[in-house]
Amino acid sequence: MEKQYIDLYKQQQESIKKHSSAVLNSSRDASFALFENLGFPTTALENYKYSDLKEALSIDYGLNINRIPIPVNPYEVFTCDVPGIHSYLYFVVNDAFYPVKDARNKDLPEGVIIGSLNEVAKTHPELIQEYYGKLSTTKNDGLIAFNGAFAQDGFFMYVPKNVVLEKPIQLINIMRSDVDFMANSHNLIILEEGAKAQLLVCDHTMDDVRFLSNRVTEVFVAKNATYEHYKLENSHSKTTNLSTLLIDQQTSSNVLANVITLHNGVTRNMIEIDLNGEHCETLLCGMVIADKKQQVDNFTSIIHSKPNCNSKELFKYVLDDVAKGGFTGRLMVAKDAQKTAAQQSNRNILLSKTAKMRTKPQLEIYADDVKCSHGATIGQLDETAKFYMQSRGISESEARLLLMFAFTNDVIEHIQIDALKDRIKLLVEKRLRGELSKCEGCVICQ
Amino acid sequence: MSEELLDQVTQADYKYGFVTDIETDIIPIGLSEEVVRLISSKKNEPEWMLEFRLKAYRHWLTMEMPEWAHLKIPAIDYQSIAYYAAPRKNAPQSLDEVDPELLKTFDKLGISMEEQKMLSGVAVDVVMDSVSVKTTFKESLAELGIIFCSFSEAVENHPELVQKYMGSVVPYADNFFATLNCAVFSDGSFVYIPKGVRCPMELSTYFRINAINTGQFERTLIVADDDSYVSYLEGCTAPMRDENQLHAAIVEIIVMNNAEVKYSTVQNWYPGDKNGVGGIYNFVTKRGICKGVNSKLSWTQVETGSAVTWKYPSCILLGDNSSAEFYSVAVTNHHQQADTGTKMLHIGKNTSSHILSKGISAGQSQNSYRGLVRVNPKAENARNYSQCDSLLLGDKCGAHTFPYMEVNNDTAIIEHEATTSKINEDQIFYCNQRGISTEDAVGLIVNGYAKEVLNQLPMEFAVEAQKLLQITLEGSVG
Repeated sequence: MEKQYIDLYKQQQESIKKHSSAVLNSSRDASFALFENLGFPTTALENYKYSDLKEALSIDYGLNINRIPIPVNPYEVFTCDVPGIHSYLYFVVNDAFYPVKDARNKDLPEGVIIGSLNEVAKTHPELIQEYYGKLSTTKNDGLIAFNGAFAQDGFFMYVPKNVVLEKPIQLINIMRSDVDFMANSHNLIILEEGAKAQLLVCDHTMDDVRFLSNRVTEVFVAKNATYEHYKLENSHSKTTNLSTLLIDQQTSSNVLANVITLHNGVTRNMIEIDLNGEHCETLLCGMVIADKKQQVDNFTSIIHSKPNCNSKELFKYVLDDVAKGGFTGRLMVAKDAQKTAAQQSNRNILLSKTAKMRTKPQLEIYADDVKCSHGATIGQLDETAKFYMQSRGISESEARLLLMFAFTNDVIEHIQIDALKDRIKLLVEKRLRGELSKCEGCVICQ
Repeated sequence: MSEELLDQVTQADYKYGFVTDIETDIIPIGLSEEVVRLISSKKNEPEWMLEFRLKAYRHWLTMEMPEWAHLKIPAIDYQSIAYYAAPRKNAPQSLDEVDPELLKTFDKLGISMEEQKMLSGVAVDVVMDSVSVKTTFKESLAELGIIFCSFSEAVENHPELVQKYMGSVVPYADNFFATLNCAVFSDGSFVYIPKGVRCPMELSTYFRINAINTGQFERTLIVADDDSYVSYLEGCTAPMRDENQLHAAIVEIIVMNNAEVKYSTVQNWYPGDKNGVGGIYNFVTKRGICKGVNSKLSWTQVETGSAVTWKYPSCILLGDNSSAEFYSVAVTNHHQQADTGTKMLHIGKNTSSHILSKGISAGQSQNSYRGLVRVNPKAENARNYSQCDSLLLGDKCGAHTFPYMEVNNDTAIIEHEATTSKINEDQIFYCNQRGISTEDAVGLIVNGYAKEVLNQLPMEFAVEAQKLLQITLEGSVG
């Protein structure tokens, strides 16, 4: 599997480098060497125990190394709009930032830079130099190394000191291709001291071919900054979504990450949040509703490197048919990170005999003055609660729905953007009713 | 908590360090096919036993030492270990003939054999350096049809039982250490409880490692036939040694229809000194199978010793309505490392399991819980509840939890909870306020914390376990 990509890189490295800026090329060879050494991850690796990527990686994907522009009208697929949301709107098509002139983006505060990573690397090389790869190149991971070798572009966002973005940034990832396609993109998000931003990432696919997206997102949250990251995945069953989110938090910063998978093929979300300053607050939550043959693995890691930080983690899964769920919640408290408070919870419901759930909450604690706990459950809907409702005239299916909705609701409640919250409530309800086994307005999914 | 107090708590020395001067019969160090054959011939084993050993040995050569555990183990040179040591004198017929030195050893442990025999009526099968020296109460047990003897005797007298059950729970190719044990195991205990018999007393074994540089590889096989019950105790204390000693044991338990087995361990091998020098490497494969319907298996362990502990007493819940329990207290101090936990494999219908694990880390030790709960697709109505708590005493130690839950059936209800914290200052303050010194308060809190598990131990053991907890942890404080 790896060999074709290793050969490809060796043959094509000139064109890969030619089409991307010097800063992005600086760590490319090192990443490639690491990938050559590690290969693609298999389930034999502890960190990939619950992500079986063999099938997804064995497909012969095309790569757009020579950066051929793909003609697409992003507004055409953009039917999963969140009504009532006031946002700045940006698109990434496959692995390239797609420039559009959207009226909504006019009032972007001064100093904020949003655009193509590759372009900004040319205009502000010093900025990219300082941050690019700082988190990703230290990871000993085959997929991240692969991304480092092949990524040529991605989304870039820079929010200067004390700038508060009043509206959320909406980033739409669109996959568009006539042949099976692999996209490697690298996103970089930088929040300076006291800055505040919300990012909503939506994943969509346009064509009925097999897509593999291997995306690495690095986020730097400086002192006193506040960052919210929402990821809503509503792609289709032939899509493999491998996403890595690496967040670095400095003193007194505040991060909320919410990862919601409503519809997908194979998904692996690797999320690592490093609390690198004191008094940080972190809330990481996620929700998965999966049926048919979907496979979702959330591999999360919260690292308390400094004292006096609080973190909370909450993941909920509803699995039906032959869906497979995986969850790893690694919580590391470093030696000197005293007064750490960390909570983790993973709750799962299996709706069918054939659905599978694997969960591994894991605590690694090297400091003594901490309060850490985790809880994990796998079970079914509460029969007595269902009976209670039925005895009051609520039909069985409605009672089931209510219980499932209540189950997922506490993840939804953590969403801070009201319009998004309402929209997701609606989507979840539809999804649970079985009305939405594909994204709304989408013509390709069956 | 003051630094001073922590020091006191964590600097206590191993109190059971002494060497009994008994002549032992050691074969040359190193491991080869000849050594395996030599062990087998020294024990006058039948051909099939030798074949089993050789099969395991050949397989072992193809294996590598596992590295997944959260342990830092210096490379072990398997060629520098003597794989067999036996007291040279002929096995005595009665207690009077037992070497007085050996009896003294048990006196030093605080519980003499005589005392045990008189007071508690516990039958003790003493394993000292691999060969079973003395089996007491055998006759009274034999009247009921219970077989309780050393493993070698069982091979000699009940080959059909041994052949039927040995390796049926832990196959010879199971894992690196189990395979090594299969090749070179020296001796151990064998228990067979016939149909409908409730064993009238608690069966007990003391294992001690007693000669320099001998790994001890014992094997225990317990078979509880239909409608039977037995409670089995295993206790270990080892004398002080400077070089690391290897210990790789196997325990296999088979529980048939409506039978119940309770297995309790207090493990107090030498943990190494304050600087992490010496100590026992303890790699144990313990596994039981609830083969029949309504069968029950219960593991209780108090782990206070060993430099390295690698131990996962597991249950295979094959029979319908079978249930399993795992209760554990693991204490690590100084430079000790423990990676311990359990596996609950739900295969039959309506099976349930309960896991309660309490870890206590002090000094610079690392203490991990690692557990797996797996529900197979056909295991309807499986139920599991796991609770793993860790208590930290000191800022240089670590407490880790690695629970795995793999559920393939929608009727399963699986719950897991874990907490990690240090001793609550409010609790200490509360005790202080009522005139209890901080030292006593720590002792009280630790004992209270472990109580849920200690309560599961049989009376005689609970007393010793409590003492051990205090010695390991509290030292001069307790």
